[in-house]
Amino acid sequence: MTIEKKENGNEVMLLPAGRLDTTTAPQLEAEINTCIASAETQKLTLDFKDLEYLSSAGLRILLAAHKAFMKRKGGMTICHVNETIQEVFEVTGFLDILNIVEE
Amino acid sequence: MKELTVEATVESIPVITEFVDGQLEQFDCPMKAQAQIDIAIDELFSNIVHYAYYPGTGPATVRVEVMEEPLSVVITFIDQGVPYDPLAKADPDVTLSAEERDVGGLGIYIVKKNMNEITYEYKDGKNILRIRKEI
Repeated sequence: MTIEKKENGNEVMLLPAGRLDTTTAPQLEAEINTCIASAETQKLTLDFKDLEYLSSAGLRILLAAHKAFMKRKGGMTICHVNETIQEVFEVTGFLDILNIVEE
Repeated sequence: MKELTVEATVESIPVITEFVDGQLEQFDCPMKAQAQIDIAIDELFSNIVHYAYYPGTGPATVRVEVMEEPLSVVITFIDQGVPYDPLAKADPDVTLSAEERDVGGLGIYIVKKNMNEITYEYKDGKNILRIRKEI
């Protein structure tokens, strides 16, 4: 997995590419923890345009990140979710928890 | 039928995934079905890594078979660790809010939803978990 990071003022965007699973989840977790550690970061956007799929190891991290950013102004948003990932969010009820947008 | 035996460690997960994907190549498996199979491998093999031989490690075998009518891939995970039936657990409550949520049990739940069939048996000192996915 590779993770591109874009920063704009108090907003951070992460673009994980590849597969988010047991092997790669610690990488994304480390990036997100860096964002959480920075008090100035108010909004986190995860762009999944290059993410093939995610397993429950990924869900665990997304839930923790979502909870951490609920306490900040901008919250956490996920965009460009493919069909396979959308279905994982759907069956696990994560569609109702996470803030998922088209763009 | 092809099978591969590896050490039950996190590092073996990509090896198993690549092995299974290689077997699927000749069947024009749709991308989505392959992604769902890869997710299932991550969930089931990581279960073996974390529970079968804890705190040690041991061998795990993954067998891939293709069946006709309907065209399906059958993947069997075999380990010689402690008896562990991941299907015995109740399904998680997927309607809870973020605050109440615990991700325990979600992995096996995703596998149940994405595969056409999943079975478990403990036989001759082995955990045998089998999934079938129509492709």
